[in-house]
Amino acid sequence: MDVLTHSLGSEGVRMIVGLIGVIALVSVNALFLIWMERKVAAHMQLRPGPMEVGPHGAIQTVCDAVKLMGKELITPEEVDKPIYYLAPIVVFLPVLLTFLVIPFSQTMVIKDLNVGIILILAFSSLSVLAILMAGWSSKNKYSVFGAIRSVAQNIAYEIPLLITVMSVILMVGSFKLTDIVVAQSRYWFILVQPLAFILYIICATAETNRTPFDLPEAESELVAGFHTEYSGMRFALFFLAEYTNMFIVSAVATVLFLGGWHGPILPGAIWFLLKVYALIFLIMWFRWTFPRVRFDQLVTFAWKILIPLSFVNLLLTALALKIF
Amino acid sequence: MITSGIEEKTFVLNLGPQHPSTHGVLRVLLEMDGEYITAAEPVIGYGHRAHEHMAENRNYQQFLPNMGRVDYLHALAFNQGYCMAVEKLLGLEVPERAEYIRVITNELNRLTSHLLWFGAYLMDLGAFTPFLYCFDDREHILDLLDSLTGSRLTYCFYRFGGVPKDIDDDFISGTRAFIHRLRSRWADYDNLVTKNVIFIHRTKGVGLFTKEQCQLYGITGPSLRGSGIPYDIRKSEPYSAYPQFHFEIPIGENGDIYDRYIVRLREMEQSCRIIEQALNKLPKGPIMAEKVPKRIKPPEGEVYTAVETARGEFGIYIVSQGDVKPYRIKLRVPSFANLSLMVESFKDNLVADVVAILGSIDVVIPEIDR
Repeated sequence: MDVLTHSLGSEGVRMIVGLIGVIALVSVNALFLIWMERKVAAHMQLRPGPMEVGPHGAIQTVCDAVKLMGKELITPEEVDKPIYYLAPIVVFLPVLLTFLVIPFSQTMVIKDLNVGIILILAFSSLSVLAILMAGWSSKNKYSVFGAIRSVAQNIAYEIPLLITVMSVILMVGSFKLTDIVVAQSRYWFILVQPLAFILYIICATAETNRTPFDLPEAESELVAGFHTEYSGMRFALFFLAEYTNMFIVSAVATVLFLGGWHGPILPGAIWFLLKVYALIFLIMWFRWTFPRVRFDQLVTFAWKILIPLSFVNLLLTALALKIF
Repeated sequence: MITSGIEEKTFVLNLGPQHPSTHGVLRVLLEMDGEYITAAEPVIGYGHRAHEHMAENRNYQQFLPNMGRVDYLHALAFNQGYCMAVEKLLGLEVPERAEYIRVITNELNRLTSHLLWFGAYLMDLGAFTPFLYCFDDREHILDLLDSLTGSRLTYCFYRFGGVPKDIDDDFISGTRAFIHRLRSRWADYDNLVTKNVIFIHRTKGVGLFTKEQCQLYGITGPSLRGSGIPYDIRKSEPYSAYPQFHFEIPIGENGDIYDRYIVRLREMEQSCRIIEQALNKLPKGPIMAEKVPKRIKPPEGEVYTAVETARGEFGIYIVSQGDVKPYRIKLRVPSFANLSLMVESFKDNLVADVVAILGSIDVVIPEIDR
């Protein structure tokens, strides 16, 4: 440890330990979320869900992960190979990096950048590039549809998302995530920004391609959309990225609106995770109750309703800050 | 095709035969401009089993199990259509009690078909949960029919001249309990689906069938009634014990896929009404006609009978030349006509709508292919 500290400096050690921690967290979290999704879905559908492997099927997803690792990686002949191979990595790396700035508690943050929120938004919009790469390189019409839809959808929903986040930033005056949480020590921002919270959740659901906005992978229309031609671990990476993305958008929502680590009695990190999982449960609830919206309706909804509403919210916030 | 050149504005998308939303082995070639469809062409025949030809090589009894395989979702209606035709040829009178049992089982079977459609349709629209709700309900009917007929899907229950097995008190009380349970579920279905804003936006004004189009293409069943034409064989050409029951024919207004959804949902309630009345009025007596010949050898002649299945009018035309085998059997199946108009209505719609329209018609592919 001393050697490490000497050669890298305490900041370097912190980064390395943090990254290892993040990778562990991402994998365990994804396994847990997939299990949770199965259980949530099952109980909403009057059935028990996985029950056989482990208590209440808790180890089921581990077995599935092992199975996926053992699967053959099929590469269709016609695909554009470099891009096809690169896409699963491109989808996963940015997701990993956003964990750098997420404040799990006052001290549990790997690198508290002063542009934290911008970093998260920038990296999470990279995932659309990966979907486009995957869909385009697959040389499958259904995949191309998925990719095209994904691009249109992400551009449409990124704008209201950014504007909504801006209204919170205006209140705090800092891009630093810890500052945003500290500013909520008296009251949570959801109380003063309810509209922004609702807008954020809608946009976040669309950003993570979850039902009712799961158009890029709409099973009943596009079979599996952009990842139709992927198998084995390459498919697993897309899957992992989706669930980790869900964690990140929920974590950002917790930081922005639900007071981050603030809460009585329990330690901050526990409160943070509790809030994040409650939000994830909400997103899962959407998925298992709503039908899918149609593509044109989705884009219309973003441009004609969400964007004007988010602008109104931003203006009102600015006005309120000026007056009080 | 996509990369074939800038001049070509459209491309062909192959939907099926292996696609999650084609309900079996239907294949549709879609000529598309972006996500919009400019032309559509169905390719059928992947499930062809030559039922009509099989009839010519088997005697009358041997062909009976085939009927349950033509439309596996409403097998009993096909059973009944065929039995009615042969009975008409033989001049057999079916006893009252047998007719009642036929109506009860038939309507139960219609409920299973509509419940399955409900789930599959919502799945096409991207909602997964209703599928398991209605399968939970459907399971109860399957158990009931299983106890009576011995099978769960491809029933072969009716016989020429009646039914082979009487219903007992367990069946009656089980059916009553089920009807009660199903009625308590309508509120769930409404809250989960019918009142859902996304569902309404997805279905209102999509896949319109006008009255004229329906008549031109010979559309029958809920798809026709959704367009506002109250035509139901059970009312317009009553058969079996149907004239003795009070029930309504629900109709839609606009003929869009929302109307077809509402019509089917209300039809389920009407089926419950019919079953309840039949159970209340169930007469005593034999369940099999007297003097049914051991060797079915109808006299020379031609008959046509029609029954209302869950998908529309099923007609069967038998030509007999006084032999133990029919000379020719022609099956008029509802899905075939419905499919033709459906393909027409795909034009200028989005891919998502194609899947929704396909689901709203409730096609059964083996029925089309026969």
